[in-house]
Amino acid sequence: MSTNGKVKVATMWLSGCSGCHMSLLDIDERILELVKHVDILFSPIVDIKVKDMPYVDVGIVEGCVNNTDQEHELKMLRERCKVLIALGDCAVTGNVPSLRNQFALKECLSRAYEQTESTKIACIPNDPIVPKLLPKAHPLQEIVKVDLHIPGCPPDADCIWFALTELLAGRIPQFNEKNMRYD
Amino acid sequence: MTSKTILINPVTRIEGHAKITIHIDARGNVDDARFHVVEFRGFEKFCEGRHYTEMPNITPRTCGICPVSHLLASAKACDAITGRTIPRTAKMLRELMHMGQFIQSHALSFFHLSAPDMLLGFDSDPLKRNVIGLVAAAPELAVKGVLLRKFGQEVIKAVAGRKVHPDFPVPGGVNKALTAEQRDAMLKGMPAAFETAKIALDLLKGYHAKNLAEVEDFGNFDSNYMGIIQPDGALELYDGNLRFCNAKGEIIHDQVPNAKYLDYVAEAVEPWSYMKFPFIAKLGYPHGMYRVGPLARLNICSHISTPLANAELKVWREKRRVQTSSFYFHWARLIELLYGLERVQQLLEDKEITSTDILVSNQPQDPVGVGIVEAPRGTLIHNYWVNKDGKVEKVNLIVSTGHNNLAMNKGVQHVARKYVKAKKLKEGMLNRVEAVIRCYDPCLSCATHAIGKMPMVVELVDADGSVVDCLRK
Repeated sequence: MSTNGKVKVATMWLSGCSGCHMSLLDIDERILELVKHVDILFSPIVDIKVKDMPYVDVGIVEGCVNNTDQEHELKMLRERCKVLIALGDCAVTGNVPSLRNQFALKECLSRAYEQTESTKIACIPNDPIVPKLLPKAHPLQEIVKVDLHIPGCPPDADCIWFALTELLAGRIPQFNEKNMRYD
Repeated sequence: MTSKTILINPVTRIEGHAKITIHIDARGNVDDARFHVVEFRGFEKFCEGRHYTEMPNITPRTCGICPVSHLLASAKACDAITGRTIPRTAKMLRELMHMGQFIQSHALSFFHLSAPDMLLGFDSDPLKRNVIGLVAAAPELAVKGVLLRKFGQEVIKAVAGRKVHPDFPVPGGVNKALTAEQRDAMLKGMPAAFETAKIALDLLKGYHAKNLAEVEDFGNFDSNYMGIIQPDGALELYDGNLRFCNAKGEIIHDQVPNAKYLDYVAEAVEPWSYMKFPFIAKLGYPHGMYRVGPLARLNICSHISTPLANAELKVWREKRRVQTSSFYFHWARLIELLYGLERVQQLLEDKEITSTDILVSNQPQDPVGVGIVEAPRGTLIHNYWVNKDGKVEKVNLIVSTGHNNLAMNKGVQHVARKYVKAKKLKEGMLNRVEAVIRCYDPCLSCATHAIGKMPMVVELVDADGSVVDCLRK
């Protein structure tokens, strides 16, 4: 808890499509209620100018771990949050980004940057400025300990809302058949 | 001259999603500026071997902000493979869903991302300069914005079953008809949506009037433009041939059939970014730089087919026929938002919108399919090659934000020339760089990692490759 009594939250976006963050925004006007109880200190949806990742109560992560930067960020968040949530199928299982695991990384890069029909000036990006891709894409739990998994591609906004309100009430959310239905 | 040894320490790495380097020559003048995209997922490879009917489920996972656009480009590529024309109602329902997407995406871009800068000021407290700060400062407006985005999302949900990643378009049509009740519920929400769109337009026009010098100069440079259009040259977002114009608005190529795109668009790769650099083939690299998206679409079209948006287009064009300042992207986006609302109304009022004639057979007939749509951020191209059983053998994708890659780099250079003095990065640079990139509303999951408010590190690199200054946030 921070000094103002609000729960401190960080959200992070690794290798995924941002659809889980979109689903989080789909709580719509309930966001007004949420910000009464929560300070979002680190997130792609707010403008943060802190020089360092803050220590928070809850870390919410979308996406899987695809490159060395993401691996580093995830480990740092794990050290600095009390409860780590894997939000959505990419974080939980690797999902679509991990489809590349059936191919060698070299083949994936070669197809994208050398062989695609529209590519006329080709090379494989390898400047140190771009992070190194890991040989395989990993779900979060292969890299760090995860406290709560919320599956779905993406999880429904109501399901995210349920999880957040349960956590705010000091309970670990217990999902049942009803609140895990997304259609 | 290239940056050989840029060291990014662990602290900056946590914020390394959008990386920018400014390169200076021996005399300290800006030589180059680079916007580095740091994410690669490999769709062009890992889709190989899937059945083509799976593609509309897999490829939208490229982007959760514009999944509907990927879904439609994919479904259209699959339609081409089936060699069949989809029923009229199916086409209308797909466009209806697409307009829902434009409404939610453009509302998000304006209210959640751009409005905080305009209403709270570029230099206001960063911790409050976001949609949540907007809620505190102007709650009524913020709520209207949130509800307008919700309206767009609800259109998608009503038509397609769910808000993010629906599976509604399929090769040959769509898999769900619209009920009269659903139609009527959407029609009920229209007046409030129109009202909010008008408030947003008035706000933006007011900002332009008050900040004339800045908006006219902001990321202002010549480029070519590309997008799809209707047969009579009107604005089109779902289905049309390609048009390419130069900086003066003169047509370079017109009514190019989707299947011929490879004759007109080529791509280059640079070692320092995972995002490729498309260019107009005839003009070469990098001279063939072009822009796509709202600014480009309003520059290339002759008119807009709906009355309210067309009236706004005339105001937008009052000063000049072609707008080159990147700030005009925001205004163009709101005109398209209005067009989207008018199209929703028109489509809902069409008698056949609730027809159940929505699907034709989807056996693979043609080994190659190309599907092109205008996503909120610009032209989106899906191209699949399949074998006789419909198994995907090759995939090529050119995503919206990719088309703007050269232009975003040019925009950053433009800012850098003003803000780099005596080998130092001037304060205030980060916000301007971020703002110039945000004009393109980059759908960064197609490419990088931020919903516009990007953690950022800018490094100034000397002629010998060493980092002489660094700003980060």
